[in-house]
Amino acid sequence: MIEFFKEYPPLENKIFQVIDNHGKVINNKWMPEFSDEVIVKAYKDMLFARTADLMAVSYQRQGRMYTYPPNLGQEAISGAAGMIIREDDWLVPAFRELGLYLAKGATMTDVFLNFMGNEHGTAFKTAKNTLPMSIPIASQLIHATGIGYAIKYKNEDQVVFAFVGDGGTSEGDFHEAVNFAGVWKVPVIFIVQNNQYAISVPFKVQTASVNIAVKSFAYGIPGIKVDGNDIFAMYQVLKAAHENARQGNGPVLIEALTYRKGAHTTSDDPTKYRKTDEEEVWSKTDPVNRLKYYLISKNLWKEEDEPKLLLQYKKEIDRQFEEAEKLCLYNVDDVFDYMYVDMPEDLKNQKMEYKKFLTWKEAQK
Amino acid sequence: MKVMTIVQAITDALDIKLAEDNNVIVYGEDVGVEGGVFRVTEGLQKKYGTARVFDSPLAESAIAGTAVGMAAAGLRPVVEMQFCGFVYPSFNQLISHVSRLHNRSRGKYKMAMVIRFPYGGGINALEHHSESMEALYAHIPGLKVVIPSTPYDAKGLLISAIESDDPIIFMEPKRIYRAIKQEVPEEKFSIPIGVAKILSTGTDLTVIAYGAMIREVQKAMIKAKEANLSVELIDLRTIYPIDRDTIAKSVKKTGRALIVTEEPTSFGTASELVSIINEEAFLYLEAPPKKLAGFDTIVPLPQGESHYIISPEKIFYEIERLMKF
Repeated sequence: MIEFFKEYPPLENKIFQVIDNHGKVINNKWMPEFSDEVIVKAYKDMLFARTADLMAVSYQRQGRMYTYPPNLGQEAISGAAGMIIREDDWLVPAFRELGLYLAKGATMTDVFLNFMGNEHGTAFKTAKNTLPMSIPIASQLIHATGIGYAIKYKNEDQVVFAFVGDGGTSEGDFHEAVNFAGVWKVPVIFIVQNNQYAISVPFKVQTASVNIAVKSFAYGIPGIKVDGNDIFAMYQVLKAAHENARQGNGPVLIEALTYRKGAHTTSDDPTKYRKTDEEEVWSKTDPVNRLKYYLISKNLWKEEDEPKLLLQYKKEIDRQFEEAEKLCLYNVDDVFDYMYVDMPEDLKNQKMEYKKFLTWKEAQK
Repeated sequence: MKVMTIVQAITDALDIKLAEDNNVIVYGEDVGVEGGVFRVTEGLQKKYGTARVFDSPLAESAIAGTAVGMAAAGLRPVVEMQFCGFVYPSFNQLISHVSRLHNRSRGKYKMAMVIRFPYGGGINALEHHSESMEALYAHIPGLKVVIPSTPYDAKGLLISAIESDDPIIFMEPKRIYRAIKQEVPEEKFSIPIGVAKILSTGTDLTVIAYGAMIREVQKAMIKAKEANLSVELIDLRTIYPIDRDTIAKSVKKTGRALIVTEEPTSFGTASELVSIINEEAFLYLEAPPKKLAGFDTIVPLPQGESHYIISPEKIFYEIERLMKF
């Protein structure tokens, strides 16, 4: 399956696409065969993730949540991965893979809880084999390689989905992770969400390479550059990489070309470093719209059905947000209790002393 | 019982755990075919195969970081960093993930792993091979730091470290890797982490040390005995969690404390010990606790190293000064 990567050589800067910006199939050979239900569900999942993401930004603006990194414009990557990832497969996220956390079984309640600043959300406790988001850029990729080693060592069938952004490919950890994975031939899919910006720094400042996919050659593994806003193309590439990994053929590097339509985080202001005409060009590639156009052309979707569905989603997301607000109360023990499995006496004493202070403080009232 | 060096005792501990627990794997630079530059892992690849004992590519960040992934997936990696001065590229992993993933995931993923490496001066080495930076690790919440000083302790502590569900930095005093031989039980035994050991009891003064410094203090104690001084020697064995009670009890008894370490003097383990003594035994002190450690310099290259090194003479000199205070 992975053989088809060779039809799109990164050295020639070829990009793998299946549909165009209007949702028209331009690559029949590689159009995946889905049942209507499967592809409609994929669209609904993307729409849910987009709605939740927009609402998260709005909750943040209302002061009900802290800094949040929007996913707007990048939904097809997580959407496609969500169609393939299995319960036992591992997800090693960066922090802009909202649709995929949900596909792995995380709840919006936990996502909100995380961005309200509560570690009980950070843990993604309902999502099996899913690491928390990783903030130090690219450092998580090495964990993916280590998990891959454990899978191979135990002779298990799982695959690791590991994410990073374009800026992350400049980090040494990116190089070390992919290099180790290549040498160890472990079942890891490295997915670079090339959304064109590392906060304010444009992709051209990150590398002299013609693209990111080409870096795969340096590590002796297959690589491909794919239109990350084309869910069918993303699906095919990830499906092939997944099968390749399960067959014991090791890692691949996927560069998913996309565009971060929103700010880096809610603390960022993109008007300082990019032009609206650039944003307009990219907005024509919007992944949710492209899939919608396809579905409409196949009579699988009606524009007029959408407002009702969105209303239903908003209600559900609001419900989960309010649940997170209720869960947000912080237990003092939580500051201390998870640092160690076997807590040192000094830390126990610090906890006890702090509680004495709290009792004293209470008595002052 | 079998007479072992520290190197042999560590090999023995690894051997026992590899035999007992399939989740234990050992890797790092040169640890496979060569058996490590100090031969600590010698023979283990032959015995347990290349999937369990192997050479990794040369990158310390990835050595520590892959251990994070392996631990998350249920393995118990024991990784070797070749020298104390080569650990630094892995600091992002140590500080950001090894020490924190258990906390960040609210206990979902345990970071059961050991990161072991030789440390300390006195072997006429190149730069980056002689430092003693245990305080850097002890300062990171989430880590525990262990330093043995004898073959017996090395074996018992390493077995505890491998069985610990918390990540352990296991620093090995390479200066005495082969200098000390001792009878060590051949069967499995363990020594609890966080418990110091009183090596000699005394009434005039407490000396607290660990690792390669123990032997230097013991040499100084011969002179102290000749001078009719009764010295109590505590081997810390674990830097963090520190054994506050043993230190407090001893200093309350003697009223004087000398702390001997190889690290730079400022902001180190010795400073932490002074702080503990002040907190726990302030009213019992006959003299201010004294830190005898390295200078706030890098360890000089071999021609100048003798100035930096903590010699028995320096230790005896400070013992005398403390007694005369």
